[in-house]
Amino acid sequence: MREEVIIAGYGGQGILFMGSVLANSAMVEGLEVTFFPSYGAEMRGGTANGGVVISNKKIGSPIVTRPSSLIIMNELSMKRFYPMLKKKGTVIVNSSLVKEIPKSKEVKIIKIPATQFAEVLGNEKVANMIALGAYIKETGIFSLDSAIKSLHSLLIADKKVLVDINEKALKLGASDEY
Amino acid sequence: MIRIMHKILIKGNHAVVEGGIQAGCMAYYGYPITPQNEITAYMAKRMGEEGRVFIQSESEIAAINMVFGSSLTGARTMTSSSSPGISLKQEGISYMAGCELPGVIVNVQRGGPGLGNISGAQGDYFQSTRGGGHGDYRTIVLAPYSVQEMFDFTIKAFDLADKYRIPVILHTDGYLGQMYEPVLVKELKSDRKTKKDWILDGCKDRKPRMIRSLLMDEGELEEHNWKLNKLYDKIKMKEASCQTCFTEDAVVAIVSYGTSARICESAVNILRGKGIKACLIRPTTLWPFPEKTISTIAKKVKNFLVVEMSLGQMVEDVKLAVNGMSRVHFYGSPGGGIPETKVVVKKVKEIIK
Amino acid sequence: MMDKNKIYRPESLTDVQNIYCSGCGHGIIHRLVAEIIDELEIREKTIAVAPVGCAVFAYFYWNFDVTEAAHGRPPAVATGIKRILPDRVVFTYQGDGDLAAIGTAEIIHAANRGENITVVFVNNAVYGMTGGQMAPTTLIKQKTTTSPRGRNPRYSGFPIKISEALAALDGTTYIERVSVHNVKNVINAKRALKKAFKIQIEGKGFSMVEFLAMCPVGWAMSSEDSVKWIEEKMIPEYPLGVIKDA
Repeated sequence: MREEVIIAGYGGQGILFMGSVLANSAMVEGLEVTFFPSYGAEMRGGTANGGVVISNKKIGSPIVTRPSSLIIMNELSMKRFYPMLKKKGTVIVNSSLVKEIPKSKEVKIIKIPATQFAEVLGNEKVANMIALGAYIKETGIFSLDSAIKSLHSLLIADKKVLVDINEKALKLGASDEY
Repeated sequence: MIRIMHKILIKGNHAVVEGGIQAGCMAYYGYPITPQNEITAYMAKRMGEEGRVFIQSESEIAAINMVFGSSLTGARTMTSSSSPGISLKQEGISYMAGCELPGVIVNVQRGGPGLGNISGAQGDYFQSTRGGGHGDYRTIVLAPYSVQEMFDFTIKAFDLADKYRIPVILHTDGYLGQMYEPVLVKELKSDRKTKKDWILDGCKDRKPRMIRSLLMDEGELEEHNWKLNKLYDKIKMKEASCQTCFTEDAVVAIVSYGTSARICESAVNILRGKGIKACLIRPTTLWPFPEKTISTIAKKVKNFLVVEMSLGQMVEDVKLAVNGMSRVHFYGSPGGGIPETKVVVKKVKEIIK
Repeated sequence: MMDKNKIYRPESLTDVQNIYCSGCGHGIIHRLVAEIIDELEIREKTIAVAPVGCAVFAYFYWNFDVTEAAHGRPPAVATGIKRILPDRVVFTYQGDGDLAAIGTAEIIHAANRGENITVVFVNNAVYGMTGGQMAPTTLIKQKTTTSPRGRNPRYSGFPIKISEALAALDGTTYIERVSVHNVKNVINAKRALKKAFKIQIEGKGFSMVEFLAMCPVGWAMSSEDSVKWIEEKMIPEYPLGVIKDA
């Protein structure tokens, strides 16, 4: 098994955090994992993306060039990363912000209005967890439980108060409510 | 920091810090430069928690000289930077080598020359393995290829530095520094209490000591150089190391280290899957270079492919080790690019055609 | 008790004849350092950082732990020592080229951090060891091998007053400028340097004493003329006295 995911959006959408939860969840399940976030000169507002490789074998190259899945949080990222997707790959797309969604029989496109859902939950910033929830449901690479465990270990000290809303968002994304 | 039992998911740069903390590093000095900033920032936090010394210095030059100062008191100490900053540290490293002062210098390499870019690269191989600064000296150079090794090798770097009284370079790159991977935090055997009978801590109950690299008397420096050479020979004998796989029946050997070795490891697996007998030789010490292993393999394997994220630097050491016994090919990706697995596979196929 | 009328060698000075030129200020300043260290009974807990320059061999003359730093870097080396061993006495001994040219960044930032170290700064307005080149402290119109027609500020800038510059930093505690060109001034210089060491021992922060010192060879003068030159030329440019006592 080898899953290669690219997660992408703009700076401030919690792309790095989504990558950390994703990678940590794989680790919780005893899988090999590498998460390589892009790092640029820009701090906020620029594009943010990262590649996560999950495997049951030792991981060689940490660089994702042919992703099997994409989690796309904004329009620009769709244009940039969609052409890289493998045949029969999966795209989780934040349909609140991405309007031009290609139609294709060769890939599976899951549309979820993550930003709108997050607003309903009361914090726009948890759109990332809604998208991740959808990814977990679609791919079944690891369990929702492992992701929730990761939230608890990642959000510590003064960030502990954020566990609840992130957990709600994950569950909502993984539910059948859309 | 995430702690799940004994395994934690951390960035390579953070792993260096945790390794340093566990190795008993008492003082860290650094200056901001991408892509190693997490080391300096996380050190500020961790050294503070541990009640140890942290200074954000005014320059990389000051940082290495602070390392010089702390080292001569016998304390374990380190600095980190990325390529342009490492250039600035070379003066201090040369003085440390001359004064036989231990210390750990982490280079999270980026593209060059000049300001280059902030992507991971391996263009500083010559600088690391040839001494880097002025004068006749070497430093031990360790080359990790995973976040786990960033942690393990940092500890090893401190142990070797103390064992041989020599500066040790942790030769990494931006990819390894920025990458997150699970790390098994293990209690490694670390010779933290090396007896140091040469330090300066005030001459109470002993004769005053001096630590210096200026040796002006007739023949004094020459003698010192020969003494260092003896030390270097000993290190060459004992510490050269590399990891190999599939060498038994190989017809082509890929030699690669650090991040590019990750790509080559994938390539070797793909090649083996296709029935092509490739093997991987991954030096984990760049100085001393594992020339004996390579030379032994070169007796049976007639084709070598060296893969680096540079225009070709380690390839020269491979050629010296192979010494004409086999053909040595090269594939490099300079300027912060990373070699592609499929290209490595293609190169191997071309070689054995 | 020491016989005050007899010349004695402080315990902190070794029995090694120094190689300084006749009329040079370094020998006097080395001795002052040694006397003070004896008087404060800190010889066994002192670590000195020698510079690159004429005083590079200071470790042969002082009878306590001494290291040698790269040119300009003593304040950074001293920082690294003092932070690990805060209960030891750490001082740097630096010339004007070392401290006020190549090591400007290191001295400013060590001072600005308020490092609890003492700096012995020897200003003789010239590079001595390398053969009399222009220093950052060289006076206007002063001839050196690299300012053969005299220092012209239009091309080579002005004599740098580093003590005044450091005094402006919040991190510094005590800075004084003294001279060693005659007995009266040597006695005063000793008082100042002793105060600087005491400030460190009391943990009060960064202290520095700037010594105006003779360099007859570098100035191409007799020893006698060098003394006069300090009095007539250097002191008007670099006024003596306490610059900062916070």
